[in-house]
Amino acid sequence: MPTLSVKVNGKAVKGDVEGRTLLVDFIREHLGMTGTHVGCDTSQCGACVVHINGKAVKSCTTLALSCEGADVTTVEGLAKGTELHPMQAAFKEHHGLQCGFCTPGMIMAAIDIVKRNGKKVDEETIRRELSGNICRCTGYHNIVKAVQAGAANM
Amino acid sequence: MTGTGVGASVRRKEDLRFITGKGNYTDDITLKDQAYGYFLRSPHAHAKIKSINTAKASKMPGVLGIFTGDDVAKDKLGGLICGWMIHSKDGSGMKAGPHPVLAQDKVRFVGDQVALIVAETKAQAKAAAAAVQVSYAVLPHVVDVAKAMKSKAQVHDVAPDNRVYNWSLGDEAATAAAFKSAAHVTSLDIVNNRLIPNAMEPRAAIGAYDAGTESYTLYTTSQNPHVARLVISAFHGLAPEHKLRVIAPDVGGGFGSKIFIYGEEVACVWAAKHVGRPIKWTGERSESFLSDAHGRDHVTKAELAIDGSGKITALRVNTKAAMGAYLSTFSSAVPTYLYATLLSGQYNIPNIYAEIDAIYTNTAPVDAYRGAGRPEATYVVERLVETAARELKIDPAEFRRRNFITQFPHQTPVIMCYDTGDYGAALDKALELSDYKNFAKRKAASLKNGKLRGIGFSAYIEACGIAPSAAVGSLGAGVGLWESAEVRVNAVGTVEVLTGSHSHGQGHETTFAQLVSEKLGVDINSVSIVHGDTDKVQMGMGTYGSRSGAVGMHAISKALDKIEAKAKRVAAAVMESSVDDIEFKNGTFTVKGTDKKMAFYEVALASYVGHKFNSNEIEIGLKETSFHDPANFVFPAGVHICEVEVDQDTGLTKIAAYTAVDDFGNLINPMIVEGQVQGGVAQGIGQALIEGAVYDEDSGQLLTGSYMDYNMPRAANMPHIENFKLGFTCTPCPTNPMGIKGCGEAGAIGAPPAVINAITDAIGVREIAMPATPLTVWSAMQPMKKAAE
Repeated sequence: MPTLSVKVNGKAVKGDVEGRTLLVDFIREHLGMTGTHVGCDTSQCGACVVHINGKAVKSCTTLALSCEGADVTTVEGLAKGTELHPMQAAFKEHHGLQCGFCTPGMIMAAIDIVKRNGKKVDEETIRRELSGNICRCTGYHNIVKAVQAGAANM
Repeated sequence: MTGTGVGASVRRKEDLRFITGKGNYTDDITLKDQAYGYFLRSPHAHAKIKSINTAKASKMPGVLGIFTGDDVAKDKLGGLICGWMIHSKDGSGMKAGPHPVLAQDKVRFVGDQVALIVAETKAQAKAAAAAVQVSYAVLPHVVDVAKAMKSKAQVHDVAPDNRVYNWSLGDEAATAAAFKSAAHVTSLDIVNNRLIPNAMEPRAAIGAYDAGTESYTLYTTSQNPHVARLVISAFHGLAPEHKLRVIAPDVGGGFGSKIFIYGEEVACVWAAKHVGRPIKWTGERSESFLSDAHGRDHVTKAELAIDGSGKITALRVNTKAAMGAYLSTFSSAVPTYLYATLLSGQYNIPNIYAEIDAIYTNTAPVDAYRGAGRPEATYVVERLVETAARELKIDPAEFRRRNFITQFPHQTPVIMCYDTGDYGAALDKALELSDYKNFAKRKAASLKNGKLRGIGFSAYIEACGIAPSAAVGSLGAGVGLWESAEVRVNAVGTVEVLTGSHSHGQGHETTFAQLVSEKLGVDINSVSIVHGDTDKVQMGMGTYGSRSGAVGMHAISKALDKIEAKAKRVAAAVMESSVDDIEFKNGTFTVKGTDKKMAFYEVALASYVGHKFNSNEIEIGLKETSFHDPANFVFPAGVHICEVEVDQDTGLTKIAAYTAVDDFGNLINPMIVEGQVQGGVAQGIGQALIEGAVYDEDSGQLLTGSYMDYNMPRAANMPHIENFKLGFTCTPCPTNPMGIKGCGEAGAIGAPPAVINAITDAIGVREIAMPATPLTVWSAMQPMKKAAE
């Protein structure tokens, strides 16, 4: 079995994985970090979004071995100790989550949207760029508000 | 009101774990020596199982066990039940076919679970499943509820015409007489499209067996773990309740679909003993599509009778309601007591008659989905009322106002007795918030951009706070729908509340704590809410039917009252006064007319010290329980107004503006209530515009089996922030001390008719089918375009 060397949330980790092992399974099952979720099997829902070398990627459609040497950030890696990332804080402040299942992917996708579009990203852009993240609880209203507020504070 | 008390938009206590990735959902849990389960499912809509050969699969790497319907039968594991008995008009009981945990003899829908394969890894279980050889003899099938009664397919032997029951409510003769003398009759053929709930967390289970204590544990994605334990114990006969622990940890949304007891979860916990290892099964999304209970799927003929003064005199409804291939846990109650009883809407309708045929089809079972029966009723009533107003050339707002119920309590002809309401007030507020008077200007502006703008109303009512036990018992429910609460005050004055309600997005950890903070004057951070574990909470009925506020919190409120009463006795003893002289306010006990006082935490400590009072007179400790049975349903109601813009070239419909004014009585946490409305409206807009489960008639296959085929609402489907307006009116509910009515389902109930009424207004057609996709809308516009050319 090939060995994967990758940095996850700033920490170098190694693991023996099969060629078919998906990044999300490596994160959840090999590393035991369960903040990254699986909500579908067709790469549509976005609950599994992580950052690979700073870019938002769906970890359910990424082979773990393709991340050799990469820098991976999951939702667990956003806060600095007890200090929340501005996007995490904004989701709480604006009630941008209910059941919480889509939330890690939403937050990871939102940070990427802001990085690419700037702090003043408009509502239309946020709504369009969240098309790869599905939430069944909130109706997106407060998610959009949270992303705007989080953007301003990033 | 304290800063964290009732009425404050307190930020949620549960959020920290979810935003930092520390949630604890079923699939996040790993038990020692855990093995993995995978379900082999039927590829056929209807077939006889001739044989199942597991010999080859059993020898595959890592396989620990393969279980089929024969093994279930050998262990005499009972079948899945439907807990609500409905009787037909002729007095006969509903025709419930067998529903085994794993298919026996026959499969009845695509996705029916045939075998459980357990292996060391998920991949090994899946690989072995592909090697199980099942020989099927394919039988005729039927997937369309409108055709099932005349189909040659027979889903269950007990129901030769596939009819589960033929039930009616209301006075048929009086209703017929009212139609005879009507000045105007409006009729519609209405289809309420089949939906797939799609909570974002797929169903999952971990079953475990401890041979040392001869007891089982089931971790499961459940909205009501106690009901699951009761059913698995009493009906499946797996183990007595004290030998079965059911834990529903963090659950990623439910919307009804996680109320029910499913075969997969039962199979996992049952097979764990045979394998001698815990078994984890996590459904893939495609399995959710195939096997989660679906919602709606009604075909209805509806008529409204109106007199010469524009007053509604009668409503007559004939509905065929799909049950799917098996009767799911609450399925039989949905098109009867949760549907026909709400057909009076907000209107004074003297005569109502409803006749319902519940029908088997070779599809996934249909059961309660957000709103459950009430969206279907509201859709019928509000489509009829809007259409009638247009036919009579009366403003749809005015037509509604003319027929609103204005006196309370109001006994409808269909069982329900509405306690309070002010429907005119909600309409006024909605008209104002939506700027109704300037609609014509907006319509003209849209037209300049080539868009057709339309406006639609929906004045919904629902019965929530489910439900008074005696009432539902008399109507056929197997169990009453009360709720329990236990309040444990610790010696340092912190408070634990154990509740039979279950939170899977509703924010109970915050709202319930707000009630405690308000009533006991303790800091909200000194309160913890415990739920979802049958070893911690003794018994409860769970969360659905917008019941956890009105029923669950009422139980907590009663237990808190008992805590206060006991604490007053303790305070009186310690401060050497009469209990009648003790006053409790803002967390402090005082002796009337003196400067003697004790803080709540001091009384809590005194309760446990043991020698601060005579323990022969006052029992040590501060812990109280309440089992609360509601006196009536609660009746949230409101007016929703939707404006759409339709693109004339593509038929694409955009929600240009949406206004929801709801009367939920008093609000505990307005921020959370607004979130419930926004989420519900999104599901309603989804139903109206884009969602719909489609089975292929020829093959019986589910064509909408993934997010590539089943269109879920995305952020871009919803109105912009400034165009989505919420408002509230308030007539406090008289049957609970908080005066609350329940808000979880309102959006999903109110939205579909508002959207469809807006589209039909925009393009000038009488009827349009849900989901009103661009193709559907574009096609509906073509005859008029041709006529204009």
